[in-house]
This record gives sequence, structure tokens and C-alpha cells, in this order.
Amino acid sequence: MSAELQALSDHIASSLGEAIEDRAIAYDELTIVARREDIVRVATFLRDDPQCRFVCFIDICGADYPARERRFDVVYHFLAPHHNRRIRVKVETDEVTPVASLNGVFAAANWYEREAYDMYGILFTGHPDLRRILTDYGFEGHPLRKDFPMTGYVEVRYDDGQGRVVYEPVKLSQEFRNFDFLSPWEGTDYVLPGDEKAKA
Amino acid sequence: MSEHNIRNFTINFGPQHPAAHGVLRLVLELDGEVVERVDPHIGLLHRGTEKLIEYKTYVQANPYFDRLDYVAPMNQEHAYCLTIEKLLGIQVPRRAQLIRVLFAEIGRLLSHLLNVTTQAMDVGALTPPLWGFEEREKLMIFYERVSGSRLHANYFRPGGVNMDIQPELIDDIEAFCDPFLQVLDDLDTLVMGSRIFKQRNVDIGTITLDDCWTWGFSGPLVRSCGVAWDLRKSQPYECYEEMEFDIPVGLNGDNYDRQVIRMEEMRQSVRIMRQCITKLRAPDGQGPVTTLDGKIAPPSRKDMKRSMEALIHHFKLYTEGFHVPAGEVYAAVEAPKGEFGVYLVSDGTNKAYRCRIRAPGFAHMQGMDFMCRGHMLADVAGVLGSLDIVFGEVDR
Repeated sequence: MSAELQALSDHIASSLGEAIEDRAIAYDELTIVARREDIVRVATFLRDDPQCRFVCFIDICGADYPARERRFDVVYHFLAPHHNRRIRVKVETDEVTPVASLNGVFAAANWYEREAYDMYGILFTGHPDLRRILTDYGFEGHPLRKDFPMTGYVEVRYDDGQGRVVYEPVKLSQEFRNFDFLSPWEGTDYVLPGDEKAKA
Repeated sequence: MSEHNIRNFTINFGPQHPAAHGVLRLVLELDGEVVERVDPHIGLLHRGTEKLIEYKTYVQANPYFDRLDYVAPMNQEHAYCLTIEKLLGIQVPRRAQLIRVLFAEIGRLLSHLLNVTTQAMDVGALTPPLWGFEEREKLMIFYERVSGSRLHANYFRPGGVNMDIQPELIDDIEAFCDPFLQVLDDLDTLVMGSRIFKQRNVDIGTITLDDCWTWGFSGPLVRSCGVAWDLRKSQPYECYEEMEFDIPVGLNGDNYDRQVIRMEEMRQSVRIMRQCITKLRAPDGQGPVTTLDGKIAPPSRKDMKRSMEALIHHFKLYTEGFHVPAGEVYAAVEAPKGEFGVYLVSDGTNKAYRCRIRAPGFAHMQGMDFMCRGHMLADVAGVLGSLDIVFGEVDR
């Protein structure tokens, strides 16, 4: 399986050249990191090349890594039913740099890109209708970003006096408690004052 | 009336509409009674599942998956457990695999029974749902007996299943199979053979195979176009490899084909269930139902009371939870509605860094627009029903 994937990976890398920034096989899954400007070319190649034939659209989603310079990953999953293979393509971007939309390559990209925009604020150029999709009408913020609090900012209730639904700041009787379970005995690296030289 | 006064009529379908199968608002643009454009407004049931999972340990996140497609809860848990097991690199014991397959197929029955019979209701019949729900009730009792809960089972766990299955329950599930096939035959004659059902479904919502691929459809929608694509066969997980079953396919890609496929899939599910039952009783089907790695699976109650090590394991697993090695994986199962996948990014801690849920219903919902164009308003409910939409998984 992985030899076959390696051959596919080599084929993609040799055909697309510098559009592929990185590639890896882990857990029997092929992941390629594509250059952002080339994502439409990469997706079209993956769909049309006879050795790839990733014709089946599976998923587009975002992922947030705030520590990075370009904080967002746009992760694409495709499936090749003829060869019975899967592939994952990743593209890096940030809050202001748009990614080209895949609407022209896969019709299904429409809603998935809307969702990535809604959840992360990732922008897509050439998208026919980049509206929010899952959150409320008039929602502000992008809830799946790591800096968005899990409890959110507003809550809604029906106000009898005004006869409509009103938005209010979130009021919690108890703050959400996030326990740190990372064991102090493994993993963390504490520097005790005056102890810097102990290891040197 | 002069020419420029004529404009399309826009109506709201839902969010409270019995044929919307949940909370769905469809903005329909009509030309007379012909649908010109469908704009589904989804998200009314959005609960931020993916965000919540990022704040819970791996085991605590499991019940969220019951609440996605709440018609077939265990199938969702299955995909989630498979991703964790892939990252951890653990093997699920054989008995646990058999139990998983058995209950995944029960989930398929639950889902298809609901869908086929409510489809009949959407086009005007009331008897089929009553028959179907009687059978669903029996299946939910099986759920309750194995997991303690009728609906939100939380039964599949990373490494295996929560508890072993009782021999009496295996007997009862076996006793359920034969009468159920009879009910299926009755439903077949009542619904599939019905002239009205055919008039409302044949050649409605027709799709081609190319549509399926580019729109990301899966499950019965792909199979209705004549392709025997089923992840249980093509990318087998658990012990589906050794199960004997057939994949029904359609020829026309219309509503009617999809429902006929679902009827036949239920028969095939019963076939798989029977094989599971036989294998569960065989000598090699005995043994543990969860991995024996104490760092992943909690110890039994009995061990916990006697062994210090088991007590420590229990305490650590239910406070801190287990850590999953850093990496990213995608695992998919053939859920009743199509390919249900989970893309999990782990950063090596006890919580998922990112858990993306790829629900088949989301892709299918998007197809509403092109499938309904040119059809009559009355067919919208029929197309929606044949897509097998459950809003828990569409909105997440």
C-alpha cells in the first residue's frame, strides 16, 4: 500500500514541480502541501490525471495554528474511486490572504468553502456566494478560531416585553473550567530560578 | 398585465415544516409551481460540536457523535473511534469488532427504516411510518440493553466497546431477524409496489454519476447511479472483509431507486447481523471486548476494587484521559447515509487539536438546488426525503 502511495506521491511531485511544497505518507495516508497560488492547478491535475483520478470530492476544512506566521491550513480531502485511494492536500494562509476557490473544479466546494469562511474567516477568491452558512444571521466572529472563547460572546433569549429575540452578553453562573492535565512530571520543561546551570 | 410585471414568487419552506425532516429553511424561488432556485438556509441546529470536542478529552468527546446523526448513533462513534485507534496504533479485539459490526448494522436498519417510511409519509401515506417505528422500537431496545441508553448510546469506545454483550441479547437479536424480514416484505409490497409512491418518486430528482462525484455524494446516492461503491467492501474496516453481503445498485439515479436500494440494504444488513451472531457464538468469537492496554481502556469494576494499578489507571483515565500521539488521520465509515468521515489532528495531548466531522448529509443538502430545479413544488419534499437528511449531522 505505502509503496503504491509513494509512487503516486513521486508522480504528483514530478508532474507539478514547484507547486508541491511538501509531501509525506503517514498512517497509510498521503498528504501533500501545495503552494497557495497553485491550488486550482493542483486540484485540477489530481482530478484529471489518469494516474490520480481524484474525481470524488470529500471535504474542505480549515484548521487554526495561531503560533504560525500563516496561521490557517485549508485541508482538502479527495477520493479516487477508480484506484480506491485517498489524498489530503493542504494549503497555508492567513486572515487576509485569500485562497482561490475550487468551485470550478468541484461543484461541492461551494458550501464547504462557505463553512471554512464562516468558521475561520478564511477568504476565497472567485467564490460566487461567500456568505456565512452555519452561524446565526448577523453573527460576528469566527467561532472555530483558537482565540474565540468556547462560551462565545452573546446569548439569546426571547423578550416578552419587546416581543422579539434579544442578544445579550453571555452571563455564566460559573466560568468554563479548563483543567490543565499535562503532567508536571513528563512533557513540560520548568526552569527553576537559579537552576539554569544544573543541566549544562 | 404587462410583461415586466411578471416576477418569480419566493416562498419560505420551513424552518417549521413537517416534511423538512428537522429545522431547515428553504428559500424557494417559484415560477408558477415550478421551482427555479432553492437556497437552503441551514445551521439552525448548529451546536458547535467541533469546537466542543477541542475542549474535551478523547473519551468525553465520544457522546457528541451520538448527537450528530441521532437516527443511527453508533455509526458515528465508529468513525471517531477508528481515527483514534489509527493514531494510537491499537488493534481492536475480535469480539469487539463483531459487536461493532452487529450494532453498526442495527444502526443502518434504524436509519433506513426511518427514511424509507417517512418518505412514504412525505408523499402521502401514513401507515408505513407506523409499521417502521414499531420495528425501530425493538431495535432501540437492543440499543438500550447493550448500552443502557435508547438513543445516545456512547457504546463504542476507543479500543473496543464499553461492555460485553449478553448471550440472551444475542438470542433476542437472532429471534428478531426472521420476523423483521417478513415486515420488510410487507413494507415492500405496501410502499414500493404502490402506484402512488411510484408516481411521486420515479424519475424525480435524477442524478448522474458525474454529479455524484463532483458534488461529493456518497452512500445510496452513488449506488443509485449503478456503481457498487460501498466503503464496507472497497475500503473494509473492522471485520467487514469476512462478511458476505451484496451491494444493491440502481440504474436510474432517481428517488425511487434510492429507496429500493435502502430496502435491499436492510435485507443485507440482516444477513450481516446473522453472520455476526454466528461468529459471536463461535469459540474464536469469545474473549475481551476492549483492548487490554490499561493506558487506553478503563479496567473492570472488579479489578478496580482489588488492584492498585487498576485503580490508578481508572483515576487517570477519567480525569486526565489518555494521550494520543501527534499526527493527523482521516477515517471514514459507510454510515447509513453515506461516507461519514472524521479528520482528527492530534498534538500529543489528551484533547483533540482539531476534529473535523465530514457528514454525508451536508454534501447531500447542497445538492438540493440542482436536483429540484425544474421540478414542481410538491417534489421538493420528495427529493429532500430521498436524500436522507438528518439535521444533527448537517449542522453539527
